[in-house]
Amino acid sequence: MIEFTLWDIVRNLLLAARWTILLSAVAFAGGTIVGLLILFMRISKRRWVRQFAEYYIGLFQGTPLLMQLFLLFFGLPLLGFRIEPWTAAVLGLTLCASAFLAEIWRGGVQAVPLGQWDAGSSLGLHYLKQLRLIILPQAFAMTRAPTVGFLVQLIKSTALTSIIGFEELVRTSNAINNATFEPFKVYGFVALIYFALCFPLTRYAKMLELRALKH
Amino acid sequence: MGYVLDFGWLDDAITLIASGAAMTIFLIAVSAVAGIVLSILGAAARRSRHALLRQAIAGYVELIRNTPFLVQLFFIFFGLPSLGIRLDPVVAAILAMTLNMTAYTTEIVGAGLDAVPKGQREAALALGLRPRLVFIKIVLPQALKVIFPALTSQIVIMMLESAVVSQIAVRELTYEADMLQARTFRAFETYFIVTLVYLAMSIGLRRLLVAGGNRFLAGGVS
Repeated sequence: MIEFTLWDIVRNLLLAARWTILLSAVAFAGGTIVGLLILFMRISKRRWVRQFAEYYIGLFQGTPLLMQLFLLFFGLPLLGFRIEPWTAAVLGLTLCASAFLAEIWRGGVQAVPLGQWDAGSSLGLHYLKQLRLIILPQAFAMTRAPTVGFLVQLIKSTALTSIIGFEELVRTSNAINNATFEPFKVYGFVALIYFALCFPLTRYAKMLELRALKH
Repeated sequence: MGYVLDFGWLDDAITLIASGAAMTIFLIAVSAVAGIVLSILGAAARRSRHALLRQAIAGYVELIRNTPFLVQLFFIFFGLPSLGIRLDPVVAAILAMTLNMTAYTTEIVGAGLDAVPKGQREAALALGLRPRLVFIKIVLPQALKVIFPALTSQIVIMMLESAVVSQIAVRELTYEADMLQARTFRAFETYFIVTLVYLAMSIGLRRLLVAGGNRFLAGGVS
């Protein structure tokens, strides 16, 4: 058996945490892009488009993320795509994030007074410009705190990708644990690393929330 | 290509899926009840006169809310035995789910308690009710009414998150799905069906809770 010093454990966990951070960042960026699309559909004037977005959001919020990951991981190869844990992880988290972000931002869009839309059209702006210049900036400003809050949730969700075989923090910790038989120490450190990643963001979200209340 | 979806295995699998779903419902029922009771105590303690108690609860809430449920589960199931606490998978799952649930609902219940106007408490005290009775009879029912939708969402989220406890071999829905797909080699179809079962369960659970709330909370859910 190889001897692991405490430093070996911590160093390997910290190295693995890079993948957790990268995956979170990529999924958040992807989720933002897809989420905007879903948002546009969710507030569309056409009923069936709205309905579709509503079902999309309901589907992702009403099923376990683990199942979504499994379905992608086992389903996409059937369609002829070669899929690796990283691809399934990014895709799954992106789609899931898009549903949650779209729903958060929809709340923001609906909180913008209707007069703002009227004001936009009276200035001669067409629909997309009204959205881009008037509605969305206000909607995003209002939903900054829940968006950061969701980022925390997303970082925690990356832990699930260990189950489909993506080598991030939790999967590495399982491997280290199997070699060292020190689960208390290993999972304790893992928890601390996640805490160090998430806690500042949680505090930031709280601060944004308090600031929004003051206005 | 040429892959044809096959659901022929479903006939034999239906009892397994049903027993897995029953386990999932059992897990969420126990941890939701325990979590809500504990979080009422936690929220009350968070507002008590003892600074140490307040800080301990705040620390617990932050610790749980900023770490993944999977890690909490592994810590409890694999980590605690090295302290001499050996838990059955089901017990470990319920413990992890309850601890996780309590952290979130403590915040929710706390927000509800803060939302009850101060005058309600003062009026009840002025009528000569004992402080404990004031809390149970006056403040808590009003708080529960306000937070009921948030509690419902949290319970549904926890139900979905319970899929993770399959990782410590609790025989719930996801675990049965894993076993089935290993036997039938029909991974996609198996997870597809089980995902639909989860979807139905989350919709059903939400409806049930809202209906229950309307029935038992005076004046219905806001």
